Amino acid sequence: MYQPSKVEKRFPGVHALKSIDFEIKRGEIVGLVGENGAGKSTLMKGIYGAYQPDGGTVLIDGKAVGFANPRQAMEKGIGMVFQEQSLIPSLSVMENIFLGYEQHFVRFGVINWKAMATAARAQLAKVKLDIDPAATTSALSFAQRQMVELAKVLMLEERVEGDLVILLDEPTSVLANDEVALLFKLVRELTSRASFIFVSHRIEEVMELSDRIYVMKDGAVVDIVTKGGAQVEAIQHKMVGRKIDKPYYREQRQKPYDAGKVLVEMQGVSLPGRIDDISLTLHAGEVLCLVGTEGSGREAILRTIYGMRTPKTGHLAIKGRKVTHFGPRHAVEQGVGYVPRERKTEGIVAGMAVYENMTLSQMGRHSRAGVLRIAEERALARDWIKALSIKAANEFVDCGNLSGGNQQKVVLAKWRSGGSDIMQLDHPTRGLDIGAKEDVYDMIRDMSDAGLGILLVADTLEEAIGLSHSIIVVKDGMVQKRFNHASGAKPSLFDLIRHMI
Amino acid sequence: MARQVSRKTLLQWVPLLVLFVLVIFFTALNPAIFSLRNFARIAITSSPALMVAVGVTFIIMGSIDLSMEGAVSLGAVVFAFSFRYFGGSIGNWGWLALPMIVVFGAAFGLINGLIHVRLRIPSFMASLAMGFVGTGAAILLTGGNIVKVDDELFRGLLTVRYLGSPIMVYVAMVFLLVGAFVQSYTTLGRNFYAVGGGEDLAHASGVNVGRVRVMGFALAGAYYAIAAILAVGKIGQAGSVSGANFMFVSITSVVIGLPDYVQDGMLGVLVIVAVVLSTDRRAITIMK
Repeated sequence: MYQPSKVEKRFPGVHALKSIDFEIKRGEIVGLVGENGAGKSTLMKGIYGAYQPDGGTVLIDGKAVGFANPRQAMEKGIGMVFQEQSLIPSLSVMENIFLGYEQHFVRFGVINWKAMATAARAQLAKVKLDIDPAATTSALSFAQRQMVELAKVLMLEERVEGDLVILLDEPTSVLANDEVALLFKLVRELTSRASFIFVSHRIEEVMELSDRIYVMKDGAVVDIVTKGGAQVEAIQHKMVGRKIDKPYYREQRQKPYDAGKVLVEMQGVSLPGRIDDISLTLHAGEVLCLVGTEGSGREAILRTIYGMRTPKTGHLAIKGRKVTHFGPRHAVEQGVGYVPRERKTEGIVAGMAVYENMTLSQMGRHSRAGVLRIAEERALARDWIKALSIKAANEFVDCGNLSGGNQQKVVLAKWRSGGSDIMQLDHPTRGLDIGAKEDVYDMIRDMSDAGLGILLVADTLEEAIGLSHSIIVVKDGMVQKRFNHASGAKPSLFDLIRHMI
Repeated sequence: MARQVSRKTLLQWVPLLVLFVLVIFFTALNPAIFSLRNFARIAITSSPALMVAVGVTFIIMGSIDLSMEGAVSLGAVVFAFSFRYFGGSIGNWGWLALPMIVVFGAAFGLINGLIHVRLRIPSFMASLAMGFVGTGAAILLTGGNIVKVDDELFRGLLTVRYLGSPIMVYVAMVFLLVGAFVQSYTTLGRNFYAVGGGEDLAHASGVNVGRVRVMGFALAGAYYAIAAILAVGKIGQAGSVSGANFMFVSITSVVIGLPDYVQDGMLGVLVIVAVVLSTDRRAITIMK
């Protein structure tokens, strides 16, 4: 029914879409997977009209169509549910649902709110959301807003002739497990009303929901898998073009750490309401993982060591020296580096060049009397771009334009080039594709080999087990269990989960 | 993407294009405008405003400063009084007033910054209040009168010309370059960008955000003082209205001149915008 064929898209220097053939039938759920940069988002944007393809045709029910903008695509029944939610927080739910379509409710130049509320309720019923249409959107939970977003797209059903195609871009990335289950149930039911294109990093979810899966790599569709036609590993293999198995976490590179050299020692540290009586020791070359649920206190531990929080009781020693002044500046001077979870707001400065970002925490080292030695900074940046194979044309590139994986590498380079030897990594692989994740794992092993102490909050339990020498399970701000293990003798998922909840 | 790039480049050149159009337009109406003499006049009008605008660039990344009018007025008045106190001539000890007033301006800005950072008062409120304090103090000092500075050596800023332009235009150029240097080549300048780009991030990178902010205000204050000296040099007198109108011209210049705040050669654009804004006024004055 909806069928782009031989679609091409070129950007300066990049062939983003290479002769893409795509098809979606009525009531079908089609998955779309691929690494970052494989062309998923470009294809999505082409479908909902944000980009115009350079070549190829798009057929709807056999008729060629072209969209100059998303609005025209919507008129043809193609709607997008955005990953970064596109609802306006200060407007009411119904205003958001009918944004741009208020004309239907206008009489004598005035909006008939009652009619709009009734119509909005009908839309909300489609997604089984029982809320007041006049409620302010910002008051809703994240999952509820996602549903409103879906309702907003379903509104097209009554507005356009023909069938609906709805694009779901990473709809599950911020949902809890039970919310994901609800969403999937709903999407399956809605296939009577619309077809869906489902894009996600989580391959398991895509496999669970989709009837067919398009696998993209380097701007081309490399495979189309039907439901039950392939294992997760096989699809991952096609996405990256290589196998992913045990060596994925670079376990073969795990070496014993230097137990004689203590980098961080925490003794009975408490922050009321966050952590309680936490003690831990980090050695040179050790990867220590903090495992726990969201809000269990993992982040508070990292932030305390980084000096962003001052403990009420207990004491903290970095390289044998007791910390008396808590503040990021002191921590940085002591050699602590921090790669925060929020890369965009705490990791890199978008708008500043790569080399400027790399030396941000250590400008004193590259300046005399406050005047920077820029040539030296640039040389350092060039070295690190090469050492970590950062994909940036040169050191002047705006950091904000790099992909997530490369931004993460810049943050790591920032700390490593400054000589930090205590590295705190908070979800360093979050939102990265498989290739970039592997790069990060390699970097963690490199740092461990170089004698750095690494304190890690991993994105998944598998990652935590695979990467770590030691694991500390925290729950409600308290240490539940400690594991110390060599490669090959690691605790199982069950061992960890038992103590987490 | 190709379209975006060209659009961005176009945006960068818009101020210059507007300048060209203005020149052509006004020349068509009155050919007397298109003369070296008149361009020099426009340069003179732009100089003090340009100094204020350069000062603003140190702050506008993340905060805003609205104290410039009061700061320039007070700076001009204090300068005029101390100049006369030291003998009333550059030849005597009058020159002492020049560095003194720059330090005074920096101190004024420092207080401004400390109030903003230490007392956690939003920068636009703190600086606006400091601006009123400046204007008020200038009125108190002068009693509403005008203080004349007619030392010939000092007025040389305006009367001595080199290649058609008076000295003060070159002075402004030099301090413009100093400002550009601070922005691009010093840790402080880099920190301004970092704080503007993301305060949390700068903090998490070990940057002392508060100190950077305060330094920005102090540096801006020093530039306002230079603007005050040039403003006095231009008309030979100081008063509580010496700083009038600088707020609009300088902030407009910076906001139009820095489309996405961080940009190479941004100070160049800034000059053009300051000139455009002054051209407009100047040309219209002549037309009358």
